[in-house]
Amino acid sequence: MLITNLFFYIFSIITIASACMVIAGKNPVHSVLFLILCFFNAAGIFLILGAEFLALILIIVYVGAVAVLFLFVVMMLDVDFTRLRAGFLAYLPIGGLIGFIMFIELVLVLGTWNLDLNLPLSNGLTSDISNTRALGNIIYTEYIYFFQLSGLILLVAMIGAIVLTINHKQTAKRQNIFNQVTRDPKESVKNVNVKPGQGI
Amino acid sequence: MTGLFYLPALPELFIALGAMVLLMVGVFKKEKSYETVSFLSVLLLTSVLVIINLEYIPLGYAFNSSFLSDDFSNYTKSLILLSSIGIIIISSGYLKTIGIMKFEYPVLILLSVIGMMVMVSSNDIISLYLGLELQSLPLYVLASMRRESKKSTEAGLKYFVLGALSSCMLLYGLSLIYGFSGSILYSDIASFLSENNSNQGILFGLAFLTAGLAFKISVVPFHMWAPDVYEGSPTTITAFLASAPKVAAVALFTKIMVNCFPSLIDQWQLMIIFISIASMLLGSFAAIGQNNVKRLLAYSSIGHMGFVLIGLATGTISGVTGLLIYLTIYVFMVIGTFACILSLKVNGTNIESISDLSGLSKVNPMIAFVLSMFLFSLAGIPPLAGFFAKFYIFLSAIESGLYALAIIGVLASVIGAFYYLRIIKIIYFDENINVFEPITKRMKLIIYITAIPVILFFIRPSLITDIAEKAALSLF
Repeated sequence: MLITNLFFYIFSIITIASACMVIAGKNPVHSVLFLILCFFNAAGIFLILGAEFLALILIIVYVGAVAVLFLFVVMMLDVDFTRLRAGFLAYLPIGGLIGFIMFIELVLVLGTWNLDLNLPLSNGLTSDISNTRALGNIIYTEYIYFFQLSGLILLVAMIGAIVLTINHKQTAKRQNIFNQVTRDPKESVKNVNVKPGQGI
Repeated sequence: MTGLFYLPALPELFIALGAMVLLMVGVFKKEKSYETVSFLSVLLLTSVLVIINLEYIPLGYAFNSSFLSDDFSNYTKSLILLSSIGIIIISSGYLKTIGIMKFEYPVLILLSVIGMMVMVSSNDIISLYLGLELQSLPLYVLASMRRESKKSTEAGLKYFVLGALSSCMLLYGLSLIYGFSGSILYSDIASFLSENNSNQGILFGLAFLTAGLAFKISVVPFHMWAPDVYEGSPTTITAFLASAPKVAAVALFTKIMVNCFPSLIDQWQLMIIFISIASMLLGSFAAIGQNNVKRLLAYSSIGHMGFVLIGLATGTISGVTGLLIYLTIYVFMVIGTFACILSLKVNGTNIESISDLSGLSKVNPMIAFVLSMFLFSLAGIPPLAGFFAKFYIFLSAIESGLYALAIIGVLASVIGAFYYLRIIKIIYFDENINVFEPITKRMKLIIYITAIPVILFFIRPSLITDIAEKAALSLF
């Protein structure tokens, strides 16, 4: 138990610290790297909770795909972040005021919510099957409708990306395998007798 | 009711499979892929429309009660299918003019239609959200499909960013509703609310949900994106944006308010009355100064959505009946008006500004007559269908004692009549400056088909009102 607590605090502290560094960092590449560190530690917390599926998905999807994509974008685009932050102080009073009001409203609303600590644990945790299997059991049976709808949304995203970016150039030279295979040495190779010192 | 009973969802499954097959057809058929795919998709949508209306498909729950098809959803689905069929038919000529004959166009419309059908038959908040996303994502792509045009790209980007923002608000609201009620099913949330009436968390969620849905139907104060997106998108997509998605979003709005929050009517009625009054007034005043037909129709659609929401604000059966009748007539008017505008070409390009219409009556008196009938109907002048649409809505408002709403509505429609009549004046009394190209048979077909119910509605109103009333009854 002590070791679990110890790891929980280590992971949490690093998560919060690296999340702060994401915002505070001057170099955007460093910010993205801190974001990755933050994701790794959040995955650690999920592991402690016994949610190994979420932990692995977080690493595979967020670190493996999203954060690396961010890194590429940040490195490729020459965005001047210091100029973007120029008006920060001027907008701070009004932004801070709105944020404060929103915060108070949230406290007022959520303050009335009595959290019931005697909630039953979900089936995935009480039984001895792993939560990956538990998810698999319901995603493809009980929630097949939502699963397929999400699939359709992803299909739309793919079609959209292709429609908006593909560019068929008529002038582009393409490989024609049939022409390559049917080439004849007699037609494509020519012996030329080159005289020394003259060239062709 | 439980288990994997999927028969009621057969129309959606059919369109989904059809869309994927058509995608394959489009990829493998190199020449004339657009014509083939668009013809087949019209065929697909028409067959689904027939199947739904012949009642071959059993009504009821499917997929663990996430899906519910009843008379209400079938009515709105038919409306959505009709308008998308109309849009695909009028598209081909225009797409040829602007040079984007891509087979993905009808496929994306099909996918968006599935989203809308999922929305109107949703029975829990996850299918609501997924349907809404599946409906809007193809629309973002379609709006920015004209890649070489700066305005189209701008429209797509604006629509995407603001649509994503509204989805965030909607999702936040839904998460609060789920968190406080402990269920995603509409019926469970309703029964939870009937026990604990003043749950602040759910009220908070309801406000966010209303804001998110108001964004989707572009009513004041969430209408800012509409004029720019309508102006920039390809005109056929503007017509699509103004018809089918609005039907779906209004139907969803009605469904969730009536099924999920009947005990909170005092709270949401106030919000909807405000939205409705503000949209009617803005729709009437802001359209006056416009010279671009698409921008004008954007403001006009904001105004019309304000009128439609009066029906929801009453929260009664007669109000919802009026809302459905209004939506039906609105769809016919909008598609007819856009078909008229799209059929008028000068020097190989489609007209966009109102002054281009001047003297149309001398060149093409038939189209000028039909277009002015549509405009009279949009203004709500008897005996055209638009008058009856407003009549039923105002009647239900007076029955429920919402006198102020009815009076402001009548005033707003009087002011709104000005800009519709101005266009008719330009068509009939201004000097002719343009040489219009002849109109294709396909466009004429759509124009006349939409004109018949708009002009002849007064002969047998019960043809539509009876079905609408039956649909509204199934909701309560």
